[in-house]
Amino acid sequence: MITKNQAKKIIDLALAHAKGKADAAEVYVTASDVATSRFANNGMTQNQAPASSSVSVRVLVDGRQARLSTSQMSARAIRQLVDNAVIAAKLLDKDPELLPLYKPTGSAGNGSIVSRFDRKTAAFSPDSRAAAIASMIAVAKAQQLSAAGTFSSGSNAFAIGNSEGLFEFHSETEAESSVTITAADSSGWAKAHNPKVALIDTVGMARRSADKAASSRNPVEIPPGKYTVILEPSAVLDLLGFLWYDFAGTSHLDQLSCFLGKVGQKVLGDNITIRDDAFHLLQAGAPFDGEGLPRTVVTLVENGVIKNLVHGRRSAAKFGVKPTGHGLMEPNPMGEHPVNIVVEGGATRLEDMIAGTDRGLLLTRVWYVREVDPATKIVTGMTRDGTFLVEGGKIKQGVKNLRFNVSLIEMLNNVVALGPSVRAAGEEGFPAVVPAMKVSNFNFASTTRF
Amino acid sequence: MRDITEFAIDVARRAGASYADARVVTQESQALETKDLSVAGVNLGETQGIGIRVLCNGGWGFAATQNLTKRAVEKAARTAVAVAKASATCLDKPVTLAKEPTYNARWVSPHLKDPFAVSLETKIGVLLEAAKIMKAVKGVTVAQGSLTFVKETVFFASSEGSRIEQSFIRSSCGIVAHASGEADRQRRSWPNSAGGQFELAGWEMVEKWDLSGNAQRIAEEAVALLSAPACPQTTTDVILGSSQLGLQIHESCGHPSELDRALGQEINFAGASFLTPDNLNKLKYGSPIVNLVADATAAGALGSFGFDDEGVQSQRVYLVKDGIFCGYLSSRDTSHLVGLDRSGGAMRSESWLRVPIIRMTNISLVPGDAGSLADIIADTEDGILMECNKSWSIDNLRYNFQFSTEIGWEVKGGKLGRMLKNCSYSGITPVFWNSCDAIGGYEDYVEWGLPNCGKGQPMQSMWTGHGAPPARFRNVQVGIAHAR
Repeated sequence: MITKNQAKKIIDLALAHAKGKADAAEVYVTASDVATSRFANNGMTQNQAPASSSVSVRVLVDGRQARLSTSQMSARAIRQLVDNAVIAAKLLDKDPELLPLYKPTGSAGNGSIVSRFDRKTAAFSPDSRAAAIASMIAVAKAQQLSAAGTFSSGSNAFAIGNSEGLFEFHSETEAESSVTITAADSSGWAKAHNPKVALIDTVGMARRSADKAASSRNPVEIPPGKYTVILEPSAVLDLLGFLWYDFAGTSHLDQLSCFLGKVGQKVLGDNITIRDDAFHLLQAGAPFDGEGLPRTVVTLVENGVIKNLVHGRRSAAKFGVKPTGHGLMEPNPMGEHPVNIVVEGGATRLEDMIAGTDRGLLLTRVWYVREVDPATKIVTGMTRDGTFLVEGGKIKQGVKNLRFNVSLIEMLNNVVALGPSVRAAGEEGFPAVVPAMKVSNFNFASTTRF
Repeated sequence: MRDITEFAIDVARRAGASYADARVVTQESQALETKDLSVAGVNLGETQGIGIRVLCNGGWGFAATQNLTKRAVEKAARTAVAVAKASATCLDKPVTLAKEPTYNARWVSPHLKDPFAVSLETKIGVLLEAAKIMKAVKGVTVAQGSLTFVKETVFFASSEGSRIEQSFIRSSCGIVAHASGEADRQRRSWPNSAGGQFELAGWEMVEKWDLSGNAQRIAEEAVALLSAPACPQTTTDVILGSSQLGLQIHESCGHPSELDRALGQEINFAGASFLTPDNLNKLKYGSPIVNLVADATAAGALGSFGFDDEGVQSQRVYLVKDGIFCGYLSSRDTSHLVGLDRSGGAMRSESWLRVPIIRMTNISLVPGDAGSLADIIADTEDGILMECNKSWSIDNLRYNFQFSTEIGWEVKGGKLGRMLKNCSYSGITPVFWNSCDAIGGYEDYVEWGLPNCGKGQPMQSMWTGHGAPPARFRNVQVGIAHAR
């Protein structure tokens, strides 16, 4: 894994070579050393340990810019990269909106992070991953069930520097595991992602998945329609992920956001407060954005009112506000994106949500969620791997999976209970800190055969 | 590249591997984007590395490095073997491979004009010319354009003796016009959504698709959609245009035909399949006129190659013949598990960094005898024509699907009627395909290319092809996505 000193050497080499050739230069170095072991049908199916690094150079030449990248890390290759970037930039038209590079001011955003690098995670071996997987398979086999899933572990590093004196470096570890346990006609699932491998409870996840598979056997078909639903955190995550870019300044400039013209207005329920907080203890990722600006905490929604947008430097300049440290690597037509979402939770435990439901559905996760209507934020998707009918305050039985078409704006106006916020992982977007939610009038359009 | 792959294999064998293969992949790429009348992105990249895959004690291991020195490659090969040994501790049955001849071969993808020889100025000029035309249409809020080009060489060597070198050029072009109203967002894309059209071809494909020539029309359509009536919520006959049908094929035939899914190996993420081995040669997937093939030999189609990423020669395999499910996309370690005597050649990897997994090649609907799109419309009394995908979603066994398209038109008495917005349709895959009663011929057949099929953990993005004519389906539920 690349060290801070190694990354600085590469960046300094590129910047030194760019001096005199380009008006300004920005260099980005990334490295990844994450191994993934996969299993299915109670046995290992794939096991891979790739390692990679890359360097990317953006040059500004007479009002023009171009970005080139390479996986070749030799001094010669990096000098060639800079030369080619300069040549490419000169071939383009001037960009009238091109901003000079970010000049660091010494401010550290409005927060700081504790280390997200864990030595044990970085050193987690193939045999250790195999043992973790074996523990999940053992849970399945003990109940004559079948387990499938993954276990990955490793580390990533990011560094950025520019000709204005910027240099930032961040490295962190990651561990992730997901497990699906299947019976003949039912299944259960769990997933976890954390910078620390010790916090991934594989046996606990396998047991919860096995319990769901066992208790949703012989699923019945229920008619589509509007139901009260209890969404576990992963389901909340994978639904709300389709909302985050609507808080980007560029999405408003492009008139694409569903919140266009609504900043300052109450659009969501009173109990909805959402912020982007890179420093939250349950978050991961670097404390700087794609141009090296320090991330800041931004309240996106407060008690249902759309409060603020996130801005990279370009959209901030157009809005006449300060950038918030959410810019993507330039050049990028999207501009910026919130990446450290925290949805404020409540005190209602999942068991209490179930106990307080006369008739409704408990959803473990959602699947293949896609945006249908960008203005009203209707999304469609399926339930999957543990969908239960709740009646009279108890989980009654498993049900066959259903397709939903829901407006996320309506959904966030129909939240009747919130659980404590936890770090959740799903499949449709990046992990975030979200609660379980109980939602009324959740629209199911059709059913499927299992 | 030959020397380093042979060295990698040699190290792996000496470390205990019973089988090893190595791929050195070099990719050079260009991605150009415009937004309105500005260049929004010029990203040029290149990457090279080696991926080493081994079997040891019956378990799979894979490692990859971009450092092609002997020292680094030796470390990667030994890592692959260590990982394979760890795999073997978690296996009831060892992995075995179906036989495949060995090859000493070179394959080059067809193209007329090297896109890397075309200047950046020319490329940006094509996009900006189209953008000017779109922005000149009143009501267009954002105009986007993109071109991408990839030049890739792959050198594959296996411990069985294969030595295969392949070269590919892939190109894409696309434009999008957005129009925004009070509580409405519409868009139109050309030649297709999701980045446009992607082909195993050179610059000639950009010229062929004539972005400027179609810019005015799609801009006007985007604006017109704002005031168009919405798709009704009803059950009716649906004609799917070629590009939308291409995606339908991808989702409802291509994915369930992946044998790793059917065997439960993808159940944790992508899901399983209703096309289980006990249904092979029995299940009535579609009406008797439906024939679907996986054809890695189709010239110029995005998913074509000479050999897959485990050295199996490209093939044309029927997945559905005369409506009956009859084939799979398979690999050397899965094909024999369902009684196939050979892999169907569908193992593909996104890059040197990732292990090959079963992927689609070109999954295509064989043209029928219903003529052109105009012929099918003329033959339809009451229905809706839908074209150009907007959203797509399907369950994890590939039964229940719902798609929406950018645009639609009423069809009444054999004629196109009003433009419709917010068109969607849904169904259950075998019910839907059994309702197919008209398949167009070659008149409006296109080999569509989709660049970013996602599968695998970690996720890999794969470029796949889908040849499709227009086709008609009876009694389909439409408009459900916006039903409240």
